[in-house]
Amino acid sequence: MNEKKTFQRGRLVPLPTNAFIPERDLEKTPILEASHLGIDFGGLTAVDDFNLTIGRTEIAGLIGPNGAGKTTVFNLLTKVYQPTRGMVMIDGYDTAGMNTVQVNKLGVARTFQNIRLFNALSVEDNVKLGMHNAIKYNMAAGVLRLPVYWKQERIAHERALELLSIFDMQDLADVPAGSLPYGAQRRLEIVRALATNPSLLLLDEPAAGMNPSETYELMENIVKIRDTFHIAVMLIEHDMSLVMGICEGICVLNFGKVIAKGTAEDIQSNPVVIEAYLGKKKEG
Amino acid sequence: MKQTKRIPMPVRYGINLVLTLALWGVLAAMIASGVITNYWNGVLITIGINVILAVSLNIATGYLGQLPLGHAGFMAVGAYAGGIFMKATPLGALLKAGETGAAVPWIILALLIAGLTAGVFGLIIGIPALRLKGDYLAIITLGFGEIIRVVLTNVDSVLGFKFTYGAAGLKQIPKITSFNLVFLCVALTILIIHMVMKSKHGRAILSIRENQIAAESVGINTTYYKVAAFVLSAVFAGVAGCLYAGYLGSLVPSSFKFMKSIEILVMVVLGGMGSMLGSVIAASVLTVISELLRSVGDYRMVFYALLLVLMMIFRPKGLMGTYDFSMSRLLEKLINRGKAKPVPSAAEGEEAQRDE
Ligand SMILES: Nc1ncnc2c1ncn2[C@@H]1O[C@H](COP(=O)(O)OP(=O)(O)O)[C@@H](O)[C@H]1O
Ligand SMILES: [Mg+2]
Repeated sequence: MNEKKTFQRGRLVPLPTNAFIPERDLEKTPILEASHLGIDFGGLTAVDDFNLTIGRTEIAGLIGPNGAGKTTVFNLLTKVYQPTRGMVMIDGYDTAGMNTVQVNKLGVARTFQNIRLFNALSVEDNVKLGMHNAIKYNMAAGVLRLPVYWKQERIAHERALELLSIFDMQDLADVPAGSLPYGAQRRLEIVRALATNPSLLLLDEPAAGMNPSETYELMENIVKIRDTFHIAVMLIEHDMSLVMGICEGICVLNFGKVIAKGTAEDIQSNPVVIEAYLGKKKEG
Repeated sequence: MKQTKRIPMPVRYGINLVLTLALWGVLAAMIASGVITNYWNGVLITIGINVILAVSLNIATGYLGQLPLGHAGFMAVGAYAGGIFMKATPLGALLKAGETGAAVPWIILALLIAGLTAGVFGLIIGIPALRLKGDYLAIITLGFGEIIRVVLTNVDSVLGFKFTYGAAGLKQIPKITSFNLVFLCVALTILIIHMVMKSKHGRAILSIRENQIAAESVGINTTYYKVAAFVLSAVFAGVAGCLYAGYLGSLVPSSFKFMKSIEILVMVVLGGMGSMLGSVIAASVLTVISELLRSVGDYRMVFYALLLVLMMIFRPKGLMGTYDFSMSRLLEKLINRGKAKPVPSAAEGEEAQRDE
């Protein structure tokens, strides 16, 4: 196998709020500030007192055993669920009362643990749907096929192919998304999310079902995406080589509560984490 | 990179225009020469009206993925709105005098008013119904369809003006509906729906059917597009209603029973949800069959039920599935014969379970 380079990770420095972000992002508003976030489902407290700050170009990791509440955190950040408690600031804006669409317009895009593509539609249309709000013409212009329709659709087509080429998928543009192999579906979800032009990309187990070389390629691509689009990435992942390899700040969740935060080195040597998580689930 | 040749858009539009004109020419010539009798001319008009009803319902069921059960209600609104309007205009006198040219603006206006009125009703019903999740839409639209019919049956004047004539029915509506008018309306309906569906707005409507949570996650205002699709569906049902009124020349509320909604739904389901061609074929075939079964009256519903059951067994996705025929695509296939595209292997984990 080809030699694997190690990825450059930024040095974490403290903010006045006690949170840590990469040094290079210090001057900029953090893209995400969640404080005391929590949600109850009936009697079950799925997430409680969740605090996290993510820097403008940080790659952050969210880990924890199954059922810890990781996906629920994503659902809270994207307003699939409205939080019972706490506050989420995106890019300095309070998102209280907002819905999924409004949060996306603020710059949050995501993928899903259980892939949610538009299966019957082509790969290209999936990506174009990510660009929906950037494609500007009204229904009358569309029906009458005015020049603005052709122009906007052509731009969208070219942009879609360009984004697909990140994962070398441009030749699959006409294929129905549902007929893609599993790994390609996960990559398409990332492309669709990127098409919304986000500032914060949330990836829910992006490497699930991928083999080690696919996973390594994905790591490279996540770093490449961060570097080309200058965005922050927060990912949930069970593959520790990926998390420890590219994540700068890592947050560990167990039973809905944050039990540790810090760099890969901090997390790996934290006895609480080892007991709750790594000790039981160490794998290659 | 692929080497497949594409037919440019203007040529595609040209091909479809020529085909449509050819179909019209053939049918019009057959009518003029008497090959198609008066009776079958009437059947053709009914087919056209049913095609508009089916392709419009298909927007809400096939494309949007909802299950409205009150399409006949929107048809009734359009029929009565158009009928009342036409009676109030000089249309009747103009048609009697043979001044077709002068009648055209009134006809266009009547169709627009019928469509818009039905659209307004669609908006009023759609906004609350589509915000709810699950099967509420089916129940609310079912209720709407019945309420419209009951109101039309029991109200014969509004504020002292004799409007709808209650159960006795609205009579002496100018008979505007000819084969040519219906053909034009069918062609325009299909054209407009096609243009909408192949635009960003149509994509957004389809994305809701495919996965609403994902659609919202990429910033698509799903409530807006649901209501838009629903209103569009109602508008064309209203136009079909107006053509219906102008064909029969009189209206009775009992023509818009729940069973009429089901009949239209059967056409869409048989044709294949989401396939406009399927809707067209199924509407045509079922109209002819129900014409042939006229003598057995409402027992033809038994036949529909049987057809549905057989379809569910042998072709669960309908006649055409979600496939939409395109002459240009067929030609492209012929041009590119032999240059096979690589087909990716099918997904390993078919449908991911939904637990989020
Ligand atoms: N909509 C819901 N209703 C009730 N319980 C839920 C819901 N969503 C998540 N949960 C519960 O919250 C907990 C955390 O789930 P999840 O966030 O999916 O965990 P994971 O860390 O594996 O992603 C689980 O116990 C799950 O059953
Ligand atoms: Mg999860």
